[in-house]
Amino acid sequence: MKDSYIGQAWLVLSLSLVFGGLLAGVQAALGPKIEENKRNETYDQIPDLVTLRKSEAGAEWAPAADGKIVSKVFDAAGDHVGWVIEVPDDGKIAYKVFDAGGDHVGWVIKGAGSGFADRIELLIGLTADAERILGMYVLDQKETPALGDGISEPDFQGRFRDKTTSARLEVVRTVTDASPGNNIQAVTGATVSSESVCKIVNKAVDEFKPWLDDYAAAQAEPADQTDPEED
Amino acid sequence: MANDGPTPLERFINGILPENPVYRQLLGMCPTLAVTGNMKAAMTMSAAVAFVMICANLITSLIRDLLKPHLRILIFTLTIATFVTIADRVLAAYVYQMSKELGPYVPLIIVNCIIICRCEVCASKQRPVTALADAVGQSLGFALALASIATIREVLGAGTWFGLPILAEGWWPAWGIMVLPPGAFITLGALLGVANWLGTLRGGKAAAAAN
Repeated sequence: MKDSYIGQAWLVLSLSLVFGGLLAGVQAALGPKIEENKRNETYDQIPDLVTLRKSEAGAEWAPAADGKIVSKVFDAAGDHVGWVIEVPDDGKIAYKVFDAGGDHVGWVIKGAGSGFADRIELLIGLTADAERILGMYVLDQKETPALGDGISEPDFQGRFRDKTTSARLEVVRTVTDASPGNNIQAVTGATVSSESVCKIVNKAVDEFKPWLDDYAAAQAEPADQTDPEED
Repeated sequence: MANDGPTPLERFINGILPENPVYRQLLGMCPTLAVTGNMKAAMTMSAAVAFVMICANLITSLIRDLLKPHLRILIFTLTIATFVTIADRVLAAYVYQMSKELGPYVPLIIVNCIIICRCEVCASKQRPVTALADAVGQSLGFALALASIATIREVLGAGTWFGLPILAEGWWPAWGIMVLPPGAFITLGALLGVANWLGTLRGGKAAAAAN
């Protein structure tokens, strides 16, 4: 017994089980709270991503009284600047954004994929017809400090603004005036992280566009209900 | 076993200055350099390290008689990784922005040599009380070291301390370099020099007293 594998490793095995249970408990207890934090951050970013308003610190989001899917957005001064509706999209969520007047100004979708170190999560702002990118925001990343984490800088995120979605985004070292095209200048020293972000954006848009076509077709049919987002 | 090694009080005091993890043992350099740009980040990191070190030391000390020599490092790492994950989740749940600012440095506590060093040197050989005193002392020493570096970097680099304005804007041109990575190396180098110089002075005095 003493020399058997179990005799050697029983402590490691039992500790693993205990610690595994402990971690599962912590995750069960704190997971919803962390998700809520992420959701609040998403809501904080949505107006900027569809250029609903310029960045104002301290913007507040108030969920509507009737539940989770409609949210009203206020700016720092307390003025009502828009609405957001969460539309379920194959287990994911697409955020449909309206301005205060009720005009549909755009979509915000989520994208995720592997980066250089770990999973990267993005928010992507699109025009109402999803033909143009309005903004990009890195929600979560664990890229190399001081190199890859440059993808979180506003400077890099701003490079996605106004790119078309009809062509794929490509990463280049330097964008020249002669070939601005659909090129994204990489973060210096972080080509892999930059390419990962572009890949995630391309994939998210590729998946979203056909869904949007179906959604638009469904919307065009004579509506037999007042809230089409519920279908 | 009870009389082996330093007493709890000695362990506690040693951790703070005589065996300070940063200035004396030169361990934990990664967080020391990376998250000392401002006091808030440095103190959050210190608290996370303290939590992990105390829990890991206690558990290791409780199971010290069951450890097999060739599997002990594996068990230390397993224990440390568990508590680091807990610390990471708690930060993400209750101080989300700070957790984002610290980013990968919270998971990186797993490979912080100070903690595994305390498990090996103290907790795997001594009673839980001693291990606890050791962990608290070392955590205080680490927090003190981080605070000293972060204070210099934040005050000189941004003119603030814990985000509060200290040096009035206008007459103090914030040295941007101090909050950037080079500032970390410059500050750590200067403070290490001072710490060594003070150590030599005291050593000289002690030698003189002995003569």
